[in-house]
Amino acid sequence: MTARFTTLTGRGVLLLANDVDTDQIVPARFLKVTDKAGLGDALFCDFKNSYGADFPLDRPAAVGAEVLVVGKNFGCGSSREHAPWALVAAGFRAVVAPSFADIFRDNALKNGLLPVALADADHAALVAALTADPRIALTIDLATEQLTVGAPSSLRASFTVDPFARRCLLEGIDELGYLLSHLAQIEAHERAQEPRA
Amino acid sequence: MFAKIWDAHVVHQDDGAPAILAVDLHLVHEVTSPQAFAGLVRRGLRVRRPDRTVATMDHSVPTVARSTGGGGGDDGRAVLTVLDDAGKIQLDTLARNCAAHDVRLFGMGSAQQGIVHVIGPELGFTHPGMTIVCGDSHTSTHGAFGALAFGIGTSEVEHVLATQCLLQRRPRTMRVTVDGRLAAGVTAKDVVLAFIARVGTGGATGHVLEYAGAAIRALDMEARMTVCNMSIEAGARAGMIAPDDTTFAYLAGRAHAPTGAAWDRAVAAWRGLPTDAGASFDAEVILDGAALEPMITYGTNPGMGGPIGAPVPDPDALGDADERAALRRALAYMQVEPGRPLLGRAVDVVFVGSCTNGRLSDLRTAAAVMRGRKVAPGVRALIVPGSEAVARAAEAEGLDQVFKDAGAEWRTPGCSMCIAMNGDQLRPGQLAVSTSNRNFEGRQGQGGRTLLASPLTAAAAAVTGKVTDPRTLAPEAAV
Ligand code: SF4
Repeated sequence: MTARFTTLTGRGVLLLANDVDTDQIVPARFLKVTDKAGLGDALFCDFKNSYGADFPLDRPAAVGAEVLVVGKNFGCGSSREHAPWALVAAGFRAVVAPSFADIFRDNALKNGLLPVALADADHAALVAALTADPRIALTIDLATEQLTVGAPSSLRASFTVDPFARRCLLEGIDELGYLLSHLAQIEAHERAQEPRA
Repeated sequence: MFAKIWDAHVVHQDDGAPAILAVDLHLVHEVTSPQAFAGLVRRGLRVRRPDRTVATMDHSVPTVARSTGGGGGDDGRAVLTVLDDAGKIQLDTLARNCAAHDVRLFGMGSAQQGIVHVIGPELGFTHPGMTIVCGDSHTSTHGAFGALAFGIGTSEVEHVLATQCLLQRRPRTMRVTVDGRLAAGVTAKDVVLAFIARVGTGGATGHVLEYAGAAIRALDMEARMTVCNMSIEAGARAGMIAPDDTTFAYLAGRAHAPTGAAWDRAVAAWRGLPTDAGASFDAEVILDGAALEPMITYGTNPGMGGPIGAPVPDPDALGDADERAALRRALAYMQVEPGRPLLGRAVDVVFVGSCTNGRLSDLRTAAAVMRGRKVAPGVRALIVPGSEAVARAAEAEGLDQVFKDAGAEWRTPGCSMCIAMNGDQLRPGQLAVSTSNRNFEGRQGQGGRTLLASPLTAAAAAVTGKVTDPRTLAPEAAV
C-alpha cells in the first residue's frame, strides 16, 4: 500500500493521557478481523468507559477532527497495526504527542497516519491553545516539518520525521516496492551467508 | 553483541534511508498475518523464503474442550471448539495461507502447537546470532539466546513475507546489569518487573537491551526468556542475553538445531557473539540483584509495580502533574488504595501461563506451591501450558495431577487469559494475579483488573485466596 501525506489543515481533539497502550486504542477482542476496514467503532471503545463521563472524542467539537493530541509514550504495548488502522478508520490523519512507542510510530507511518512528536513546551502550548479554543485550525506541513496553530498562527512548532519515511509519504514511495527493487542485493547477501551447497 | 548481529545482517543501506536488514527467522500467527498475506496476493507475490517462515496458532485457540460430542482427536483428547466465528475464520485463514504458500504450520491439533514464543525456542528454531521477527511485540523473548529479535507490524510482516528483509533504523543500546545473587523466592519475573518499575513503561524506547551481570548469567534458559520477553514493556525494541554454555546445552539435540559438524561450527561462531569487553552502550542501568524482592504491579501498566510488601505509592506524593493524574486514574480503575501494601487483598482469579511464564519450569514452580494444598474457596485458578510439548512434559511429571488435586483448572496450550481472545477472560470487576505480561485496562477481559507477578507469587495467591508474599509460605514452597 502506498501511504501519502503532504499537508493537513483541520481540527484537533485533546486526549490528555500518558502511556495510552494499544489495548486501549483497540481492545484485543476486535483483532479477529482479516481485513483492515471497519475498526473505527472499536477505537477507544473500552477506554472511554473508564475515562469517565464526557469522553473528549464524543464531544461535538470533536466531530470531524483529524488530529489527535495525546500524552507521552502513545501506542505502547502490543505491535497490533490495528491501532493505526482504527485511528485512520475514525478519520484521523495525524497524532501529536511528546513521544511515541516505537512500533506504533512505525505502523502509523506505514498507514499515512502522521506521528508528530513535539518538544514538551510546544506540546504544552498546543494543549493550551486547544483548551482555549477546541475548534482552532491546526496545520501540519510534512515538507517543512512545521505545525502551526490558528490563522494567523499563534503557535509555530517544528518536528522531525524519519527522513526516509518522510520522503515515502511526500512522494508516495512504496516501501515494499523499494525493498523489492533491491532483490539482487538481498540474494547476493543470502548467498554469502549461506555458502553451503 | 547487538552491533555484531546487526552488521552481519545489513544487506544494503542507501544514504538517508534505513538499512535493509536480512531476517533469518520469521514467525507468524493468526492475528497479525491475514492482511499481510492478502497484501502479498494482491501484488501477485509469494512468500519468498518459506524455509525461514514458521507459523503457529495461539491467540484465538481454545484451551478447554467445549464440545465432547464430536469424539476425540487421535490422541484421545476431546476436539476443541473455537469460541466464535471470527476466531475460526482467522484460524482457517492462516491455515489456507500457509498451505497456499508452503509455510510450515503448527496448527491446532498439532503435537508441536503452542504460543509462538514458546515453540520457537523449544523446537530449536531460535539460534544465537539470528535476526528473528514476528508480528508480535513479545518476539523479544528470543533474545534470550543472543538473537536480535523484535516485534513488527502487519505491513512489515508483508515486507518480510515478500522479501525476507525489513527496513530498519539502527536502534540505540542499553545495558541492564543485574549484579549479585537473587534471594530465595525472587525469580526472573521479579527481576524484569523491577527493571520496568525503575525505568517506566517508555523508559527504554528506541533501545535494544542487553541484560548482563552475575544474576542474569545464573538464570536458566527459561528464566532468561522470561526476562527478555518483557523488554517491550519498558518500550525496548528488543532484549538480549549473551549466549553461553547454558544456551548451547539447552539447544543441543532440539529438533531444528544443527547437528554433527554443523553444530560444532555453529557453537564456535556463537562463542564469538558476546559483547567485547570495553564496548560502550548508549545507556546503562544497574540493579542490585541481591536486594530484589518478589514484585507485584498495582496499576494499569507494567511499570506501575513494586516489591510485594511495599506500600502502593500515593499520587499526591508525585511531583509531575501528568504522572499524578495517571496514577490516580490507574488506582481508581484498580480499586487500589494508596499508602498501603497489596498484601492480604482478596483475589478472584489466578492465571499461570503465557509466553512470559508458561514453560515447564514455571509450572514446576507453581506446582511446588500447590502440591498438598488447595486453591482457596472462591478463587478460580487457570494453569495454561505454553505449548503441547510443555503440557506433555508437565503431565509426564504428574504436575497436571497436582494442579487438579489442588482444584485448579489444567487447560490446553494457548495464549488464553493473557489476551482474552479465546473466551478465557475475567468478568468485569474481577481481580487476577497473573503471570502474563500486561496489566493494561481490560487486557484480560473487559473491566477486569490484573496484578502481574511471578508464578511463585501467583500460586501463593491461589492457595491463600489473597495477595501473599510467597516467602511467608511453608518452606517446601520455596524454590
Ligand atoms: S501469551 Fe500473551 S503476550 Fe504472549 S504471544 Fe500470546 S497474547 Fe501475546
